[in-house]
Amino acid sequence: MVDISWFKPKTVYVTYIASTPEKIWQALTSSEFTCKYFWERDVELEPKPGGAFVLRLPDGRVNVRGKVVAYEPPRKLSVTWQVEWPEEFRKLPECLVTYELAQAGDAVRLTMTESHSWDVPDAILTGGRMGWPAVLSGLKSLLETGNAPAIKMEPPAAMIEAIRRLR
Amino acid sequence: MSKPRFVYVTYIRTTPEKLWAALTDPKTIRKFWFKMTAECDFKPGSPWCLKFEDGRTADSGEILEADPPWRLVIRWRNEFKPELKAEGFSRCTIEIEMADYYPDFGGKAAKLTLTHELEGEGTKFIEAVSGGWPKVLSNLKSLLETGDVAFQTKLQRHG
Repeated sequence: MVDISWFKPKTVYVTYIASTPEKIWQALTSSEFTCKYFWERDVELEPKPGGAFVLRLPDGRVNVRGKVVAYEPPRKLSVTWQVEWPEEFRKLPECLVTYELAQAGDAVRLTMTESHSWDVPDAILTGGRMGWPAVLSGLKSLLETGNAPAIKMEPPAAMIEAIRRLR
Repeated sequence: MSKPRFVYVTYIRTTPEKLWAALTDPKTIRKFWFKMTAECDFKPGSPWCLKFEDGRTADSGEILEADPPWRLVIRWRNEFKPELKAEGFSRCTIEIEMADYYPDFGGKAAKLTLTHELEGEGTKFIEAVSGGWPKVLSNLKSLLETGDVAFQTKLQRHG
């Protein structure tokens, strides 16, 4: 098992979706959905704690690799998150990404928490702080309208520079 | 330590003009803002306030900047919770841009960035708006994309 006691939340994003926890769970865990709102990535997930987690690019390369820490459909999914591509991002220690779903009136609250086990510089956090709103806005649009905008985005220059400075 | 501040970004499949219109039209505001009424003409220097359905004032302040459809800055103080009012004025900045997008997937979107920070010290006000904004802006996004808000039933406003 992964020891997550060192991980502290650094970025939290909350959105409310007119859907059901079951449908949002499916959108988080099946490629049919992720390829539409997560820049064409496929998701591979072994449905149990300790299982493997992969986000794969359309050309087959691994973008993110990790382990399932919590698998409690349709309430909580937590995975460790090691970026393998772009290659220089491999220097980053793995982080922990947790999705939590809760009924809120007749909508569902989706909370994404990105946690880190080290004193991560703000410049490195900007990557997730730019990316998550685009990904999760897309997920909401996809479930509510059947269509997700694909926002163009590159890792911020300050983040790449901060990664280069890591030993 | 930097001051406590809340930042929220959302992408909405609409145009900056329609997004601006929704944010500044009292009838539309009532739909996505849980029946709150905005009293304001959204011109720089104008007074601004948000009222509950029963007429009580929830928040008040003034418009500091209005550059349609790109930028709106509101000076803002809570009026109905003494512990929040005690923290004084805050500044709410809404920036709207056209998002860069892949035309083959899902179409155009506007990017909304909302930054809310206190002018002085304190944590309770920012904590309160951190809970409220995701609900309000999720409703706004749903309303513009589907014609309906995300919450069909009224939620209690806490912040």
